[in-house]
Amino acid sequence: MIAETGLAALWLAAGLAALQFMFMFVELRGSVALARPMRSIAVVQGLLTLLAFAMLLLVFARSDMSVKLVFENSSAVKPFVYKVAGAWGNHEGSMLMWVTILAAAGAFVALFSRRTSERTLVAALGAQAALALGFYAFLLIASNPFARLSPAPMDGQGLNPLLQDPGLAFHPPTLYLGYVGLSVAFSLAVGALLTGEVDSRLARAMRPWVLGAWILLTLGITAGSYWAYYELGWGGYWFWDPVENASLMPWLAATALLHSINVLAARGALKAWTMMLAVIAFSMSMVGTFLVRSGILTSVHAFAIDPERGTFLLALLAIYVGAAFALFAWRGATLKEGAPFELVSRESGLVVNNLLLTVVLGVVFVGTLYPLFVEAVSGEKLSVGAPYFNAVAGPLALVLAALVGVGPLLAWRHEGRPVLRQLQVPALLGVVALAITTIIAPDMHILPRLGFTVGTYLVGASILPLVRRNPWRAPLATWGMVVAHFGIAVALLGMAANAAFTSEKLAVVQPGEILNVGPWQVQLQDVTPTAGKNWTAVEAELQASRGSGIVTLKPQSRYFTDPPTETSESAIRTFWNGQLYTVVGKADPSGGWQLRLWWKPFVTLIWAGGALIALGGALAMLGRVWRLRRGHEARAEWRRERYA
Amino acid sequence: MKPKNQRLVLVSAAIVAVLVAVLLAMWGLRNQASYFYTPADIAAGKANDGEAMRLGGMVERGSIRRGADGVTIRFTLTDGKAQIPVVFRGIVPDLFREGSGAVAEGRLEHGTFVADTILAKHDERYMPPELGNLAAEHKAGKTLEK
Repeated sequence: MIAETGLAALWLAAGLAALQFMFMFVELRGSVALARPMRSIAVVQGLLTLLAFAMLLLVFARSDMSVKLVFENSSAVKPFVYKVAGAWGNHEGSMLMWVTILAAAGAFVALFSRRTSERTLVAALGAQAALALGFYAFLLIASNPFARLSPAPMDGQGLNPLLQDPGLAFHPPTLYLGYVGLSVAFSLAVGALLTGEVDSRLARAMRPWVLGAWILLTLGITAGSYWAYYELGWGGYWFWDPVENASLMPWLAATALLHSINVLAARGALKAWTMMLAVIAFSMSMVGTFLVRSGILTSVHAFAIDPERGTFLLALLAIYVGAAFALFAWRGATLKEGAPFELVSRESGLVVNNLLLTVVLGVVFVGTLYPLFVEAVSGEKLSVGAPYFNAVAGPLALVLAALVGVGPLLAWRHEGRPVLRQLQVPALLGVVALAITTIIAPDMHILPRLGFTVGTYLVGASILPLVRRNPWRAPLATWGMVVAHFGIAVALLGMAANAAFTSEKLAVVQPGEILNVGPWQVQLQDVTPTAGKNWTAVEAELQASRGSGIVTLKPQSRYFTDPPTETSESAIRTFWNGQLYTVVGKADPSGGWQLRLWWKPFVTLIWAGGALIALGGALAMLGRVWRLRRGHEARAEWRRERYA
Repeated sequence: MKPKNQRLVLVSAAIVAVLVAVLLAMWGLRNQASYFYTPADIAAGKANDGEAMRLGGMVERGSIRRGADGVTIRFTLTDGKAQIPVVFRGIVPDLFREGSGAVAEGRLEHGTFVADTILAKHDERYMPPELGNLAAEHKAGKTLEK
């Protein structure tokens, strides 16, 4: 019954979405005002998908093997957390989660959005319903998560052990919330293009969604990067895997949108531009979903290798992106360009930021899709990896990071002051960093060396907006910007340090023997068997010391029973100045064990930087909420005084 | 700037940005894309020494040899038509074993493939799409031999 309830809820939600979509046309023809029923329908639709998703969680929690999806992706002996998280660790479940978040976001807009005109709101809700409708069709026709098996099998086939990790519980929901948050920006843009009401009010309505989505994408990417780092046991934090790029591309577009939306909100300029970015940002989310979920890529994330689903998703992508671009071509030219600005101004700075981000996005996009394109056209197989992305996107990112220090110093409309003078100290810091790295590591590669230079400069430059004024009286949004930009500097320094100073050791070691890596002496004590609920493992005990004090690390090589898979559980110890990363490999016939050790100075700065960037976003969000609150109070007071 | 000029400047800037991105990407791809080859392709001389590439095939039974240092292995990748010796220094991935599929990333040096990375099946349900056809062909070949 549980599964059937879920399925029925999905069908009902799909019906309501269809109704919602039709209401949009009625409203736009101007005959009836439908804002109120529209809001209710959107809310009920959101509740129904939440119900369907809750039913899915329930069948997974109860290990109901008569549901095909549970049988294929779960097993009765799995720890409870992973049973529940397993609900979205597969193709159908993750698509249901996607559409649930989509509909819930629509419900949220319906409940709380008061900033746009009712007409634009109805048009936006119609667009959101159109999006949801496609994904309902996809679920109900091509990937029903509630399909039954008869007779019900005794036990399931289990979940990919790489996914049995706390990271799984949070990583996909975070990214999905980010992806789907951008859907609201998309729908609002489509709605505003339909009604022609592209103005600063719209930008203010859109901004919290973009900001929220961007924060979650930042967190999701940072967490995913750390997950890959410790779980894969390869010591790398970013592999330029197409699936990673699938999350990076929406982030790049959202970052550009986040900056241009401020121009629209504050100055009413860059109208068409911002609408375009809103369309691109969610299109990139859908490209990401298509890449990850269609199974055309080789990856842990590619659950389903099923051409029907891939084609379906591609068709959805083509319809939505095509329709949005057509709408843009039709209505974009009629938008009046807003307030003018000079060549040297905050607006121009943000345009340059947008252009550079767009170029980086284009480079990543082409690099990610090129192999698919070539294979489709000529049947030739090729892969595009780190060498391409580092060589092409790396320098662009460095230029962008250097300009991050300049933009916030510029005034709106026109900047006449010699602002570059303020950058003397940060520039000097950068030069000093360049000199030091040249002296201590003369044969460092060019990219990490420039990373140190730009990173050190940006540490100084990013805090300039708070200097020469009382920082405690600066708005929270300014603090947010400074913290996020400072985070970029921190992450950049971490990447440079990791690239330049990592030391690695790989050898077969007998118990008792010592291996040196960086400043560390690591002794293999013993290797012992151990076991968990659904795995067995060998565990190495390592004692590491550098001068004083001894730390113990216990990396494992695990063997999972269902499905039969081996994974290596790295043991990582974090110190203020870096991480010691250890992996145990296979036994050697001589009685020794393969050990792989890394000393990675300041590698943690990479994720600390990512967290700071997200924190900056959160501060900006808090600042806006705060100001809104104060604004309400001020207005209420004004009204009281006036009518008293 | 007048609003009209402003729009013109912005539109041209956007077009230039997209063109620059595409040109940069094309330039990068010409130098950095690594092609996927099968042992037969390499035997036929399709690949050049030193070019970054991926080589996919089955690990030939009985071909894995460990080096004296314990972390270097040599083995042969085959597609049923040709054999290419591979050398790799590192911890081989989980489920890398004789008779199953693997993809090696690296470059060719004097007839030997020097691998930087080895990718193997993650679990029994997962198969690199490049190897999907190969496995099928291989099986078909075996059946014909019988």
